[in-house]
Amino acid sequence: MVNSEIIIAGFGGQGLLFSGKVLAYAGLLEGRELSWLPSYGPEMRGGTANCNVILSDTPVGSPIVQHPNVLMVMNLPSLDKYEADVVTGGKIFVDSTLIARKVERTDVEAYYVPATQMANEMGFPGLANMILLGAVIKKTGCISEEGLPAALKKVIPARKADLFDANMAAIKAGAEYVG
Amino acid sequence: MSEKVLMKGNEAIAEAAILAGCRHYFGYPITPQTEVAAYMSKKMPKIGGTFLQAESEIAAINMVYGVASTGKRAMTSSSSPGISLKTEGISYLAGADLPALIVNVQRGGPGLGGIQPSQSDYFLATRGPGHGDFHVLVFAPSSVQEMADLTSKAFELAEKYRMPAMLLADGTMGQMMEPVVLPEPIEKVEEKPWAVTGTKGEREHNIINSLYLKPAELEQTNLDRFARYKIIEETECMWEEFMMEDAEVCVVSTGITARVSRNAIVEARKQGIKVGMIRPITLWPFPKKPLIEAADKVKSFIAVELNMGQMKEDIELAIRCKKPVALCSRVGGMIPSPDEVLEAIKKEV
Repeated sequence: MVNSEIIIAGFGGQGLLFSGKVLAYAGLLEGRELSWLPSYGPEMRGGTANCNVILSDTPVGSPIVQHPNVLMVMNLPSLDKYEADVVTGGKIFVDSTLIARKVERTDVEAYYVPATQMANEMGFPGLANMILLGAVIKKTGCISEEGLPAALKKVIPARKADLFDANMAAIKAGAEYVG
Repeated sequence: MSEKVLMKGNEAIAEAAILAGCRHYFGYPITPQTEVAAYMSKKMPKIGGTFLQAESEIAAINMVYGVASTGKRAMTSSSSPGISLKTEGISYLAGADLPALIVNVQRGGPGLGGIQPSQSDYFLATRGPGHGDFHVLVFAPSSVQEMADLTSKAFELAEKYRMPAMLLADGTMGQMMEPVVLPEPIEKVEEKPWAVTGTKGEREHNIINSLYLKPAELEQTNLDRFARYKIIEETECMWEEFMMEDAEVCVVSTGITARVSRNAIVEARKQGIKVGMIRPITLWPFPKKPLIEAADKVKSFIAVELNMGQMKEDIELAIRCKKPVALCSRVGGMIPSPDEVLEAIKKEV
């Protein structure tokens, strides 16, 4: 399987660290080497937040992603900050409800998903992250789709277990959008 | 418990401490180690342990002193500014020959500094964190697995040698998640013949104390302690070597920077550069032996660290300045990239 070096970035509160955890747990269940590293501190509420996820078949060295091959962004400052770092041939996933501009690089693949709008229409305004994540999983194959439900069950806290179906539906919607 | 679980480094410390029989945690919140306290606050009440958020770091370390006196495993955790406050208590623990675990998940300094990762408490930890002539055991984890394993080891060696131990992590190690296999729970913490547990009228009093007003007596306690330190330096050094067999340049690094260096070394090897790494796992005792041996083989050393060259001095001492030691470092919460380390390596060949 391909080694994935992933940056997921946006505003604090958009569920970006959560999205990264879903990938990390899926990697764990697949028996892969992995790391998950969050930004931490005062930027977590309202400011920019990000997490770095590495999924690999060999032991992970630095958990800090310098040159991502997958970038998932949910605000403009994050696209501005990380676009140049993506490797040639890498994939960028943009929440096009929140980011008006297009990806300027021509040597990467860009996918535009109106995740926030779709989430609102589905009645789950908090799940735009999972819609965009669905697109990431579909287009990168960074984790297997079969292992996803089990990973999601590990990440969703017990008190929010009723949101499992909504999360799965959001992931599915994102995957279908990029088809 | 051979199953791999996904945990933050800070959580792995807390769970490993519990599995090592620690039932007494005293702390005060500070980023980036708060998850240790948060984990303990949830878990300790359920297993009959004590979680206490003290009124200050100073109170917390003195509560550790109290529990340690009874022979029970006790710990506190904090980050750099909080560790400064604890140094008085750590000195007293050392003076009273008490085992305890102090976790320092370092952030940038001095002063309140910042909250991003740092290794700038290296001197503080390795030179004896407090007044007087003493050392604490210092462990520098470089993975979430080591956060767990070295927590167990720290308790074990602290008791074996009756001295405090410090787990010296950096903020990245505390915050990152990785798969970890948790250690087996220990059956029972051994009874200590020296502990103050009540005599029940059946034995002499045990006295826990660090005050000796007769100079000859105080001198003897120091000499006895340093005799133990000598044994520790000879037998308890831990380190890991990476691609050192034919290396001409030796990187020396710990914690997050060892991880970054690993990437740089793998890349350098692809480019035909003969470079390896010695990663100290114990910082006191400092693994001098592999370094002095490497000094006969390599052309130069590079210290890669998150401070202005504190460990670099220990490397120079260890190798008796036989070879030059370069410094590749970032401070204040900045972390060098693999490319920066690679550049530093290329300067040496």
